[in-house]
Amino acid sequence: MNSAPRAITTPHHSTNTGAFDAERVRGDFPILRQKVNGRPLVYLDNAATSQKPRAVLDAMQHYYAADNANIHRGVHTLSVRATDAYEGARAKVQQFLGAQRPEEIVFVRSATEAVNLVANTWGRANLRPGDEVLITVMEHHSNIVPWQMLCAQTGAVLKVAPINDDGELLLDEFETLLKCGKTRIVAAAHVSNALGTINPVQEMVRLAHQGGAIIMLDGAQAASHMAVDVRALGCDFYAVSGHKMCGPTGIGALYGRYDLLNAMPPYQGGGDMILSVTFEKTTYNHVPYKFEAGTPNIAGTIGLGAAADYLRSIGMDAIAAWEHELLGYGTRVLRDIPGVRLIGTAKDKAAVLSFLVGDIHPHDVGTILDQQGIAIRTGHHCAQPVMDRFGIAATARASLAFYNTKQEIDALAAGIRKAIEVFGT
Amino acid sequence: MTDLQDLYQELILDHNKRPRNFGTIDHPDCRAQGFNPLCGDRVDIFLMLEGGVIRDVRFEGKGCAISTASASIMTDAVKGKTIEQARALFEQFHDLLTVSSDDPIDAEALGKLAAFSGVRQYPARVKCATLAWHTLNAALKNQAQTISTE
Repeated sequence: MNSAPRAITTPHHSTNTGAFDAERVRGDFPILRQKVNGRPLVYLDNAATSQKPRAVLDAMQHYYAADNANIHRGVHTLSVRATDAYEGARAKVQQFLGAQRPEEIVFVRSATEAVNLVANTWGRANLRPGDEVLITVMEHHSNIVPWQMLCAQTGAVLKVAPINDDGELLLDEFETLLKCGKTRIVAAAHVSNALGTINPVQEMVRLAHQGGAIIMLDGAQAASHMAVDVRALGCDFYAVSGHKMCGPTGIGALYGRYDLLNAMPPYQGGGDMILSVTFEKTTYNHVPYKFEAGTPNIAGTIGLGAAADYLRSIGMDAIAAWEHELLGYGTRVLRDIPGVRLIGTAKDKAAVLSFLVGDIHPHDVGTILDQQGIAIRTGHHCAQPVMDRFGIAATARASLAFYNTKQEIDALAAGIRKAIEVFGT
Repeated sequence: MTDLQDLYQELILDHNKRPRNFGTIDHPDCRAQGFNPLCGDRVDIFLMLEGGVIRDVRFEGKGCAISTASASIMTDAVKGKTIEQARALFEQFHDLLTVSSDDPIDAEALGKLAAFSGVRQYPARVKCATLAWHTLNAALKNQAQTISTE
Protein backbone atom coordinates (compact mmCIF):
# COMPACT_ATOMS: atom_id res chain seq x y z
CA MET A 1 0.00 0.00 0.00
CA ASN A 2 1.31 3.43 -0.89
CA SER A 3 1.04 5.29 2.33
CA ALA A 4 3.20 8.00 3.83
CA PRO A 5 4.61 7.30 7.29
CA ARG A 6 2.01 7.96 9.92
CA ALA A 7 2.56 10.05 12.99
CA ILE A 8 -0.50 8.91 14.82
CA THR A 9 -0.44 8.32 18.52
CA THR A 10 -1.51 4.81 19.24
CA PRO A 11 -3.66 4.62 22.34
CA HIS A 12 -2.62 1.82 24.60
CA HIS A 13 -5.00 1.72 27.47
CA SER A 14 -5.15 -1.27 29.63
CA THR A 15 -8.72 -2.35 30.08
CA ASN A 16 -8.21 -5.65 31.82
CA THR A 17 -7.00 -4.31 35.15
CA GLY A 18 -10.50 -3.74 36.43
CA ALA A 19 -10.31 -0.08 37.43
CA PHE A 20 -10.79 2.44 34.65
CA ASP A 21 -8.07 5.06 34.50
CA ALA A 22 -10.05 8.16 33.52
CA GLU A 23 -7.14 10.47 34.36
CA ARG A 24 -4.93 8.70 31.87
CA VAL A 25 -7.61 8.80 29.18
CA ARG A 26 -8.04 12.54 29.75
CA GLY A 27 -4.45 12.97 28.62
CA ASP A 28 -5.59 11.99 25.12
CA PHE A 29 -7.89 15.05 24.91
CA PRO A 30 -5.99 18.34 24.51
CA ILE A 31 -9.14 20.46 24.96
CA LEU A 32 -9.70 19.21 28.50
CA ARG A 33 -6.47 20.87 29.69
CA GLN A 34 -7.83 24.38 30.02
CA LYS A 35 -9.52 26.76 32.39
CA VAL A 36 -12.87 28.35 31.67
CA ASN A 37 -13.82 31.44 33.65
CA GLY A 38 -10.83 30.81 35.88
CA ARG A 39 -11.75 27.23 36.77
CA PRO A 40 -10.67 23.90 35.26
CA LEU A 41 -13.04 23.02 32.43
CA VAL A 42 -15.63 20.44 33.46
CA TYR A 43 -17.15 19.29 30.20
CA LEU A 44 -20.51 17.61 30.78
CA ASP A 45 -22.20 18.30 27.44
CA ASN A 46 -21.19 15.12 25.69
CA ALA A 47 -24.66 14.34 24.35
CA ALA A 48 -24.43 17.59 22.37
CA THR A 49 -20.95 16.78 21.12
CA SER A 50 -18.04 14.79 22.45
CA GLN A 51 -14.46 16.00 22.61
CA LYS A 52 -11.80 14.77 20.19
CA PRO A 53 -8.75 12.72 21.13
CA ARG A 54 -5.31 13.51 19.72
CA ALA A 55 -5.52 10.38 17.53
CA VAL A 56 -8.49 11.85 15.62
CA LEU A 57 -6.91 15.29 15.27
CA ASP A 58 -3.66 13.70 14.06
CA ALA A 59 -5.40 11.48 11.51
CA MET A 60 -7.16 14.46 9.94
CA GLN A 61 -4.05 16.61 10.08
CA HIS A 62 -2.06 13.83 8.46
CA TYR A 63 -4.55 13.48 5.65
CA TYR A 64 -4.44 17.17 4.79
CA ALA A 65 -0.68 17.48 5.31
CA ALA A 66 0.38 14.33 3.47
CA ASP A 67 -2.37 12.57 1.51
CA ASN A 68 -4.89 15.20 0.36
CA ALA A 69 -6.40 14.31 -3.02
CA ASN A 70 -9.80 13.46 -4.44
CA ILE A 71 -10.84 9.86 -4.13
CA HIS A 72 -12.07 7.13 -6.48
CA ARG A 73 -10.85 8.91 -9.60
CA GLY A 74 -7.14 9.58 -9.71
CA VAL A 75 -4.37 7.31 -10.93
CA HIS A 76 -1.81 9.33 -9.05
CA THR A 77 -0.27 8.28 -5.76
CA LEU A 78 -1.97 10.80 -3.49
CA SER A 79 -5.38 9.87 -4.84
CA VAL A 80 -4.68 6.23 -4.18
CA ARG A 81 -3.60 7.03 -0.62
CA ALA A 82 -6.64 9.21 -0.02
CA THR A 83 -8.92 6.49 -1.42
CA ASP A 84 -7.25 3.87 0.76
CA ALA A 85 -7.68 6.05 3.84
CA TYR A 86 -11.32 6.80 2.99
CA GLU A 87 -12.25 3.19 2.31
CA GLY A 88 -10.14 2.15 5.30
CA ALA A 89 -12.39 4.32 7.46
CA ARG A 90 -15.41 2.50 6.04
CA ALA A 91 -13.91 -0.80 7.14
CA LYS A 92 -13.23 0.63 10.61
CA VAL A 93 -16.82 1.80 11.00
CA GLN A 94 -18.04 -1.53 9.65
CA GLN A 95 -16.05 -3.35 12.34
CA PHE A 96 -17.10 -0.85 14.99
CA LEU A 97 -20.79 -1.50 14.28
CA GLY A 98 -20.43 -5.18 13.52
CA ALA A 99 -21.77 -4.91 9.97
CA GLN A 100 -21.26 -7.88 7.68
CA ARG A 101 -19.83 -5.97 4.71
CA PRO A 102 -18.18 -2.56 4.27
CA GLU A 103 -20.74 -1.71 1.55
CA GLU A 104 -23.37 -1.62 4.27
CA ILE A 105 -21.81 1.58 5.65
CA VAL A 106 -22.91 4.78 3.86
CA PHE A 107 -21.13 7.97 4.84
CA VAL A 108 -23.41 10.95 5.40
CA ARG A 109 -23.10 14.36 7.02
CA SER A 110 -24.74 13.42 10.30
CA ALA A 111 -27.13 11.04 11.98
CA THR A 112 -29.81 13.52 10.93
CA GLU A 113 -28.89 13.03 7.29
CA ALA A 114 -28.93 9.26 7.78
CA VAL A 115 -32.57 9.46 8.87
CA ASN A 116 -33.40 11.79 6.00
CA LEU A 117 -31.71 9.44 3.55
CA VAL A 118 -33.82 6.49 4.64
CA ALA A 119 -37.01 8.57 4.70
CA ASN A 120 -36.35 10.01 1.26
CA THR A 121 -35.23 6.84 -0.49
CA TRP A 122 -36.68 3.77 1.20
CA GLY A 123 -39.64 5.75 2.49
CA ARG A 124 -40.76 7.37 -0.75
CA ALA A 125 -40.29 4.14 -2.67
CA ASN A 126 -42.22 2.00 -0.23
CA LEU A 127 -44.87 3.97 1.63
CA ARG A 128 -48.45 4.17 0.38
CA PRO A 129 -51.39 6.14 1.75
CA GLY A 130 -52.60 4.56 4.98
CA ASP A 131 -49.28 2.89 5.77
CA GLU A 132 -47.89 3.72 9.19
CA VAL A 133 -44.55 4.95 10.48
CA LEU A 134 -44.00 4.21 14.17
CA ILE A 135 -41.73 6.35 16.35
CA THR A 136 -41.60 6.93 20.12
CA VAL A 137 -42.33 9.93 22.34
CA MET A 138 -38.66 10.22 23.29
CA GLU A 139 -37.32 10.88 19.79
CA HIS A 140 -34.99 13.75 18.94
CA HIS A 141 -36.55 16.17 16.45
CA SER A 142 -34.26 14.68 13.81
CA ASN A 143 -36.09 11.37 14.14
CA ILE A 144 -39.53 13.00 14.06
CA VAL A 145 -39.53 15.71 11.42
CA PRO A 146 -38.16 13.65 8.47
CA TRP A 147 -40.95 11.11 9.07
CA GLN A 148 -43.59 13.85 9.34
CA MET A 149 -42.36 15.22 6.02
CA LEU A 150 -42.43 11.73 4.50
CA CYS A 151 -45.98 11.14 5.76
CA ALA A 152 -47.09 14.47 4.29
CA GLN A 153 -45.61 13.45 0.95
CA THR A 154 -46.92 9.90 0.82
CA GLY A 155 -50.19 9.95 2.77
CA ALA A 156 -48.72 7.60 5.37
CA VAL A 157 -49.63 8.10 9.04
CA LEU A 158 -47.19 8.84 11.88
CA LYS A 159 -47.84 6.85 15.08
CA VAL A 160 -46.11 7.48 18.39
CA ALA A 161 -45.43 4.88 21.08
CA PRO A 162 -45.82 6.31 24.62
CA ILE A 163 -43.47 6.22 27.62
CA ASN A 164 -44.01 5.99 31.38
CA ASP A 165 -43.09 8.54 34.07
CA ASP A 166 -39.57 7.12 34.34
CA GLY A 167 -39.06 7.73 30.64
CA GLU A 168 -39.26 4.07 29.65
CA LEU A 169 -40.95 2.90 26.48
CA LEU A 170 -44.26 1.16 27.11
CA LEU A 171 -43.42 -2.02 25.25
CA ASP A 172 -47.01 -3.35 25.43
CA GLU A 173 -48.31 -0.22 23.72
CA PHE A 174 -45.48 -0.45 21.21
CA GLU A 175 -46.52 -4.01 20.41
CA THR A 176 -50.20 -3.05 20.17
CA LEU A 177 -49.38 -0.30 17.68
CA LEU A 178 -47.56 -2.86 15.54
CA LYS A 179 -50.40 -5.37 15.70
CA CYS A 180 -52.60 -3.45 13.28
CA GLY A 181 -50.22 -4.66 10.58
CA LYS A 182 -50.07 -1.29 8.87
CA THR A 183 -46.63 -0.30 10.21
CA ARG A 184 -44.03 -0.37 7.46
CA ILE A 185 -41.11 1.16 9.35
CA VAL A 186 -40.23 1.76 13.00
CA ALA A 187 -37.77 4.57 13.77
CA ALA A 188 -36.56 4.77 17.35
CA ALA A 189 -33.70 6.04 19.45
CA HIS A 190 -31.33 3.41 20.81
CA VAL A 191 -30.64 5.87 23.67
CA SER A 192 -32.73 8.97 24.41
CA ASN A 193 -30.68 12.19 24.30
CA ALA A 194 -32.93 14.05 26.74
CA LEU A 195 -33.59 11.26 29.26
CA GLY A 196 -30.75 8.79 28.86
CA THR A 197 -33.18 5.87 28.54
CA ILE A 198 -31.66 2.84 26.84
CA ASN A 199 -34.48 1.35 24.82
CA PRO A 200 -35.02 -2.42 24.75
CA VAL A 201 -33.89 -2.42 21.14
CA GLN A 202 -33.42 -6.17 20.82
CA GLU A 203 -37.05 -6.71 21.75
CA MET A 204 -38.19 -3.78 19.61
CA VAL A 205 -36.45 -5.26 16.57
CA ARG A 206 -38.14 -8.60 17.21
CA LEU A 207 -41.57 -7.00 17.58
CA ALA A 208 -41.12 -4.80 14.53
CA HIS A 209 -40.16 -7.74 12.35
CA GLN A 210 -42.94 -9.86 13.80
CA GLY A 211 -45.33 -7.07 12.81
CA GLY A 212 -43.99 -7.07 9.26
CA ALA A 213 -42.12 -3.76 9.59
CA ILE A 214 -38.48 -2.85 9.19
CA ILE A 215 -36.73 -0.89 11.92
CA MET A 216 -34.25 1.96 11.94
CA LEU A 217 -32.37 2.73 15.14
CA ASP A 218 -30.97 6.18 15.86
CA GLY A 219 -27.68 5.35 17.54
CA ALA A 220 -26.38 8.92 17.88
CA GLN A 221 -26.44 8.69 21.69
CA ALA A 222 -25.46 5.03 21.93
CA ALA A 223 -22.49 4.34 19.68
CA SER A 224 -19.80 5.94 21.86
CA HIS A 225 -21.22 4.67 25.13
CA MET A 226 -21.77 0.93 24.63
CA ALA A 227 -20.86 -1.89 22.30
CA VAL A 228 -23.15 -1.88 19.28
CA ASP A 229 -23.48 -4.94 17.04
CA VAL A 230 -25.99 -4.35 14.28
CA ARG A 231 -25.97 -7.99 13.24
CA ALA A 232 -26.69 -9.20 16.76
CA LEU A 233 -29.42 -6.55 17.04
CA GLY A 234 -30.84 -7.56 13.69
CA CYS A 235 -31.93 -4.00 12.92
CA ASP A 236 -32.37 -2.91 9.31
CA PHE A 237 -30.81 0.55 9.58
CA TYR A 238 -28.62 2.13 12.24
CA ALA A 239 -27.53 5.79 12.27
CA VAL A 240 -24.47 7.21 14.00
CA SER A 241 -23.07 10.70 14.36
CA GLY A 242 -19.31 11.21 14.04
CA HIS A 243 -18.99 14.17 16.35
CA LYS A 244 -20.89 12.45 19.15
CA MET A 245 -18.40 9.56 19.11
CA CYS A 246 -15.14 11.50 19.40
CA GLY A 247 -14.96 12.16 15.66
CA PRO A 248 -15.27 15.44 13.79
CA THR A 249 -18.44 17.33 12.91
CA GLY A 250 -19.97 17.03 9.46
CA ILE A 251 -19.69 13.26 9.23
CA GLY A 252 -21.99 10.44 10.18
CA ALA A 253 -22.70 6.94 9.00
CA LEU A 254 -25.74 4.96 8.04
CA TYR A 255 -25.65 1.21 8.38
CA GLY A 256 -28.17 -0.47 6.15
CA ARG A 257 -28.78 -4.14 5.39
CA TYR A 258 -27.23 -4.80 2.01
CA ASP A 259 -30.35 -6.13 0.32
CA LEU A 260 -32.35 -3.10 1.48
CA LEU A 261 -29.71 -0.59 0.37
CA ASN A 262 -29.39 -2.37 -2.95
CA ALA A 263 -33.11 -2.12 -3.64
CA MET A 264 -33.36 1.55 -2.64
CA PRO A 265 -33.29 4.38 -5.18
CA PRO A 266 -30.38 6.83 -4.95
CA TYR A 267 -30.45 9.76 -2.54
CA GLN A 268 -28.80 12.71 -4.30
CA GLY A 269 -27.58 12.89 -7.88
CA GLY A 270 -24.06 13.82 -8.85
CA GLY A 271 -20.56 12.54 -9.36
CA ASP A 272 -19.38 9.26 -7.84
CA MET A 273 -22.92 7.88 -7.59
CA ILE A 274 -23.04 6.94 -11.28
CA LEU A 275 -21.56 4.27 -13.50
CA SER A 276 -22.34 6.03 -16.77
CA VAL A 277 -24.20 9.15 -17.80
CA THR A 278 -25.71 10.10 -21.12
CA PHE A 279 -28.47 12.64 -21.61
CA GLU A 280 -30.81 9.74 -22.32
CA LYS A 281 -29.96 7.47 -19.43
CA THR A 282 -27.84 7.30 -16.31
CA THR A 283 -26.76 4.05 -14.69
CA TYR A 284 -26.28 4.34 -10.96
CA ASN A 285 -23.24 3.13 -9.10
CA HIS A 286 -23.32 0.22 -6.67
CA VAL A 287 -24.01 0.36 -2.96
CA PRO A 288 -22.76 2.36 -1.04
CA TYR A 289 -21.51 4.83 -3.70
CA LYS A 290 -25.05 5.18 -5.05
CA PHE A 291 -25.76 7.18 -1.89
CA GLU A 292 -22.54 9.21 -1.79
CA ALA A 293 -22.89 11.81 -4.53
CA GLY A 294 -20.17 14.40 -4.90
CA THR A 295 -16.75 14.62 -3.29
CA PRO A 296 -17.40 13.45 0.26
CA ASN A 297 -16.06 14.76 3.55
CA ILE A 298 -12.82 12.80 3.17
CA ALA A 299 -10.96 14.27 6.13
CA GLY A 300 -14.04 13.91 8.33
CA THR A 301 -14.48 10.30 7.28
CA ILE A 302 -10.85 9.54 8.09
CA GLY A 303 -11.36 11.28 11.45
CA LEU A 304 -14.43 9.13 12.09
CA GLY A 305 -12.44 5.99 11.29
CA ALA A 306 -9.74 7.09 13.74
CA ALA A 307 -12.41 7.76 16.37
CA ALA A 308 -13.84 4.25 15.92
CA ASP A 309 -10.35 2.79 16.34
CA TYR A 310 -9.69 4.96 19.37
CA LEU A 311 -12.92 3.90 21.09
CA ARG A 312 -12.20 0.25 20.32
CA SER A 313 -8.69 0.61 21.76
CA ILE A 314 -10.19 1.74 25.06
CA GLY A 315 -12.89 -0.90 24.83
CA MET A 316 -16.61 -0.29 24.58
CA ASP A 317 -17.36 -2.56 27.51
CA ALA A 318 -14.85 -0.72 29.71
CA ILE A 319 -16.37 2.60 28.61
CA ALA A 320 -19.90 1.39 29.37
CA ALA A 321 -18.86 0.09 32.81
CA TRP A 322 -17.10 3.34 33.81
CA GLU A 323 -19.96 5.52 32.57
CA HIS A 324 -22.41 3.35 34.45
CA GLU A 325 -20.40 3.88 37.61
CA LEU A 326 -20.36 7.65 36.98
CA LEU A 327 -24.13 7.58 36.38
CA GLY A 328 -24.75 5.81 39.67
CA TYR A 329 -22.50 8.24 41.51
CA GLY A 330 -24.01 11.29 39.80
CA THR A 331 -27.55 10.11 40.48
CA ARG A 332 -26.81 9.71 44.21
CA VAL A 333 -25.00 13.05 44.45
CA LEU A 334 -27.75 15.00 42.66
CA ARG A 335 -30.52 13.32 44.66
CA ASP A 336 -28.77 14.50 47.84
CA ILE A 337 -29.30 18.13 46.86
CA PRO A 338 -32.64 19.39 48.18
CA GLY A 339 -34.88 20.63 45.37
CA VAL A 340 -33.16 18.70 42.58
CA ARG A 341 -35.51 16.57 40.52
CA LEU A 342 -34.20 14.10 37.98
CA ILE A 343 -36.11 13.81 34.70
CA GLY A 344 -35.57 10.38 33.21
CA THR A 345 -35.15 7.62 35.74
CA ALA A 346 -35.27 4.53 33.56
CA LYS A 347 -33.85 1.34 35.03
CA ASP A 348 -31.71 0.86 31.93
CA LYS A 349 -30.02 4.19 31.43
CA ALA A 350 -27.00 5.78 29.79
CA ALA A 351 -24.98 8.41 31.65
CA VAL A 352 -27.33 11.33 31.09
CA LEU A 353 -28.51 13.39 34.07
CA SER A 354 -31.42 15.61 33.07
CA PHE A 355 -32.62 17.64 36.03
CA LEU A 356 -34.49 20.61 37.43
CA VAL A 357 -33.37 22.69 40.41
CA GLY A 358 -36.38 23.91 42.39
CA ASP A 359 -38.08 26.51 40.23
CA ILE A 360 -34.83 27.96 38.94
CA HIS A 361 -34.97 28.03 35.16
CA PRO A 362 -32.43 25.66 33.55
CA HIS A 363 -30.96 28.58 31.60
CA ASP A 364 -30.05 30.31 34.82
CA VAL A 365 -28.58 27.10 36.22
CA GLY A 366 -26.52 26.78 33.03
CA THR A 367 -25.14 30.31 33.27
CA ILE A 368 -24.20 29.90 36.93
CA LEU A 369 -22.47 26.58 36.21
CA ASP A 370 -20.64 28.11 33.25
CA GLN A 371 -19.25 30.76 35.55
CA GLN A 372 -17.62 27.89 37.42
CA GLY A 373 -16.18 26.33 34.27
CA ILE A 374 -18.88 23.65 34.02
CA ALA A 375 -20.44 23.08 30.59
CA ILE A 376 -23.90 21.54 30.52
CA ARG A 377 -26.81 21.82 28.10
CA THR A 378 -29.99 23.63 29.01
CA GLY A 379 -33.23 23.74 27.07
CA HIS A 380 -35.51 21.25 25.37
CA HIS A 381 -32.65 19.24 23.84
CA CYS A 382 -34.37 19.16 20.44
CA ALA A 383 -36.93 16.84 22.02
CA GLN A 384 -39.93 19.07 22.71
CA PRO A 385 -42.44 16.18 22.78
CA VAL A 386 -40.43 14.66 25.67
CA MET A 387 -40.58 17.96 27.53
CA ASP A 388 -44.35 18.12 26.88
CA ARG A 389 -44.70 14.56 28.19
CA PHE A 390 -43.20 15.67 31.51
CA GLY A 391 -45.08 18.99 31.50
CA ILE A 392 -41.90 21.05 31.49
CA ALA A 393 -40.35 23.49 29.02
CA ALA A 394 -36.71 22.64 29.56
CA THR A 395 -34.20 20.81 31.70
CA ALA A 396 -30.57 21.18 32.65
CA ARG A 397 -28.64 18.21 31.31
CA ALA A 398 -25.25 16.86 32.32
CA SER A 399 -24.25 14.15 29.86
CA LEU A 400 -21.14 12.17 30.68
CA ALA A 401 -18.37 10.52 28.72
CA PHE A 402 -15.67 8.03 29.69
CA TYR A 403 -13.17 10.87 30.24
CA ASN A 404 -15.31 12.37 33.01
CA THR A 405 -14.47 11.79 36.66
CA LYS A 406 -16.25 11.65 40.00
CA GLN A 407 -14.46 14.88 40.97
CA GLU A 408 -16.19 16.57 38.05
CA ILE A 409 -19.55 15.34 39.31
CA ASP A 410 -18.66 16.80 42.70
CA ALA A 411 -17.92 20.11 40.94
CA LEU A 412 -21.34 19.91 39.27
CA ALA A 413 -23.01 19.36 42.62
CA ALA A 414 -21.15 22.31 44.15
CA GLY A 415 -22.21 24.43 41.17
CA ILE A 416 -25.85 23.49 41.62
CA ARG A 417 -25.65 24.40 45.31
CA LYS A 418 -24.20 27.76 44.25
CA ALA A 419 -27.21 28.31 41.95
CA ILE A 420 -29.55 27.56 44.84
CA GLU A 421 -27.62 30.06 46.96
CA VAL A 422 -27.84 32.80 44.31
CA PHE A 423 -31.58 32.31 43.89
CA GLY A 424 -32.21 31.85 47.57
CA THR A 425 -34.60 28.95 47.07
CA MET B 1 -14.40 35.89 35.73
CA THR B 2 -17.33 38.26 35.90
CA ASP B 3 -19.25 38.31 39.10
CA LEU B 4 -22.57 36.49 39.03
CA GLN B 5 -24.03 39.39 40.98
CA ASP B 6 -23.45 41.60 37.91
CA LEU B 7 -25.95 39.44 36.07
CA TYR B 8 -28.30 38.41 38.84
CA GLN B 9 -28.75 41.76 40.52
CA GLU B 10 -31.16 42.00 43.47
CA LEU B 11 -33.71 43.86 41.37
CA ILE B 12 -33.70 41.10 38.75
CA LEU B 13 -34.02 38.33 41.34
CA ASP B 14 -36.89 40.24 42.96
CA HIS B 15 -38.84 40.75 39.71
CA ASN B 16 -38.25 37.10 38.81
CA LYS B 17 -39.72 35.98 42.10
CA ARG B 18 -42.56 38.51 42.15
CA PRO B 19 -43.25 39.56 38.58
CA ARG B 20 -45.25 42.81 38.33
CA ASN B 21 -48.19 43.16 35.93
CA PHE B 22 -48.34 39.38 35.58
CA GLY B 23 -51.57 38.11 34.08
CA THR B 24 -53.85 38.65 31.13
CA ILE B 25 -56.17 41.42 29.93
CA ASP B 26 -59.58 40.15 28.84
CA HIS B 27 -60.16 42.30 25.79
CA PRO B 28 -56.80 43.81 24.96
CA ASP B 29 -56.43 46.39 22.21
CA CYS B 30 -53.51 44.40 20.96
CA ARG B 31 -51.48 41.40 21.99
CA ALA B 32 -48.61 39.26 20.77
CA GLN B 33 -46.81 36.09 21.71
CA GLY B 34 -43.04 35.81 21.78
CA PHE B 35 -41.09 32.58 21.64
CA ASN B 36 -37.44 31.73 22.01
CA PRO B 37 -36.98 28.41 20.23
CA LEU B 38 -33.54 27.94 21.75
CA CYS B 39 -34.79 27.55 25.29
CA GLY B 40 -38.53 27.21 24.83
CA ASP B 41 -39.29 30.46 26.65
CA ARG B 42 -42.66 32.03 25.87
CA VAL B 43 -44.18 35.39 26.73
CA ASP B 44 -47.62 36.84 25.97
CA ILE B 45 -48.02 40.63 26.06
CA PHE B 46 -51.45 42.30 26.40
CA LEU B 47 -51.96 46.04 25.83
CA MET B 48 -54.65 48.64 26.41
CA LEU B 49 -54.03 51.84 24.45
CA GLU B 50 -55.62 55.26 24.72
CA GLY B 51 -54.76 58.04 22.31
CA GLY B 52 -51.33 56.67 21.56
CA VAL B 53 -50.57 56.06 25.22
CA ILE B 54 -50.05 52.64 26.83
CA ARG B 55 -52.76 52.74 29.48
CA ASP B 56 -52.23 49.16 30.71
CA VAL B 57 -49.85 46.33 29.93
CA ARG B 58 -49.71 42.84 31.34
CA PHE B 59 -47.73 39.72 30.54
CA GLU B 60 -47.88 35.98 30.99
CA GLY B 61 -45.42 33.28 30.20
CA LYS B 62 -42.64 31.01 31.29
CA GLY B 63 -38.99 31.79 31.13
CA CYS B 64 -35.67 32.17 32.86
CA ALA B 65 -34.96 34.79 35.51
CA ILE B 66 -33.57 37.22 32.96
CA SER B 67 -36.55 37.00 30.61
CA THR B 68 -39.16 37.05 33.40
CA ALA B 69 -37.56 40.01 35.17
CA SER B 70 -37.11 41.82 31.87
CA ALA B 71 -40.80 41.43 31.03
CA SER B 72 -41.79 42.54 34.52
CA ILE B 73 -39.56 45.63 34.61
CA MET B 74 -40.52 46.47 31.02
CA THR B 75 -44.23 46.55 31.85
CA ASP B 76 -43.53 48.93 34.74
CA ALA B 77 -41.34 51.06 32.51
CA VAL B 78 -43.70 51.50 29.55
CA LYS B 79 -46.98 51.92 31.41
CA GLY B 80 -48.19 55.49 30.89
CA LYS B 81 -45.68 56.11 28.12
CA THR B 82 -46.60 56.98 24.53
CA ILE B 83 -45.93 54.34 21.89
CA GLU B 84 -43.06 56.48 20.56
CA GLN B 85 -41.54 56.78 24.04
CA ALA B 86 -41.80 53.02 24.55
CA ARG B 87 -40.06 52.36 21.25
CA ALA B 88 -37.31 54.81 22.08
CA LEU B 89 -36.84 53.08 25.43
CA PHE B 90 -36.47 49.72 23.67
CA GLU B 91 -33.76 51.22 21.49
CA GLN B 92 -31.90 52.48 24.53
CA PHE B 93 -32.35 49.14 26.25
CA HIS B 94 -31.13 47.26 23.20
CA ASP B 95 -28.05 49.49 23.05
CA LEU B 96 -27.40 48.76 26.71
CA LEU B 97 -27.27 45.02 26.00
CA THR B 98 -25.21 45.15 22.84
CA VAL B 99 -22.63 47.90 23.27
CA SER B 100 -19.17 47.19 24.62
CA SER B 101 -19.02 46.85 28.39
CA ASP B 102 -16.46 49.68 28.43
CA ASP B 103 -18.99 52.20 27.15
CA PRO B 104 -20.75 54.31 29.76
CA ILE B 105 -24.49 53.78 30.20
CA ASP B 106 -27.15 56.45 30.62
CA ALA B 107 -28.47 55.15 33.92
CA GLU B 108 -30.83 58.08 34.35
CA ALA B 109 -32.67 57.53 31.08
CA LEU B 110 -32.83 53.79 31.64
CA GLY B 111 -34.00 53.84 35.24
CA LYS B 112 -34.53 50.31 36.54
CA LEU B 113 -33.68 48.89 33.13
CA ALA B 114 -30.04 49.67 33.93
CA ALA B 115 -30.12 46.57 36.15
CA PHE B 116 -29.65 44.56 32.97
CA SER B 117 -26.25 46.08 32.20
CA GLY B 118 -24.58 42.85 33.33
CA VAL B 119 -26.28 40.90 30.54
CA ARG B 120 -23.92 42.30 27.92
CA GLN B 121 -21.16 40.18 29.45
CA TYR B 122 -23.25 37.11 28.63
CA PRO B 123 -23.94 37.18 24.89
CA ALA B 124 -25.87 33.90 25.13
CA ARG B 125 -28.41 35.61 27.40
CA VAL B 126 -29.13 38.82 25.44
CA LYS B 127 -32.09 37.18 23.71
CA CYS B 128 -33.58 36.32 27.09
CA ALA B 129 -33.57 40.00 28.03
CA THR B 130 -35.01 41.24 24.73
CA LEU B 131 -37.77 38.65 24.20
CA ALA B 132 -40.44 40.68 26.03
CA TRP B 133 -39.44 43.88 24.23
CA HIS B 134 -39.57 42.28 20.80
CA THR B 135 -42.97 40.93 21.70
CA LEU B 136 -44.15 44.34 22.88
CA ASN B 137 -43.01 45.79 19.57
CA ALA B 138 -44.95 43.10 17.72
CA ALA B 139 -48.07 43.81 19.80
CA LEU B 140 -47.76 47.53 19.02
CA LYS B 141 -47.58 46.68 15.35
CA ASN B 142 -50.70 44.61 15.93
CA GLN B 143 -49.03 41.50 14.65
CA ALA B 144 -51.18 38.60 15.66
CA GLN B 145 -48.66 35.92 14.84
CA THR B 146 -46.07 34.43 17.16
CA ILE B 147 -42.80 36.25 16.97
CA SER B 148 -39.51 34.49 17.40
CA THR B 149 -36.10 35.58 18.60
CA GLU B 150 -34.53 33.56 15.80
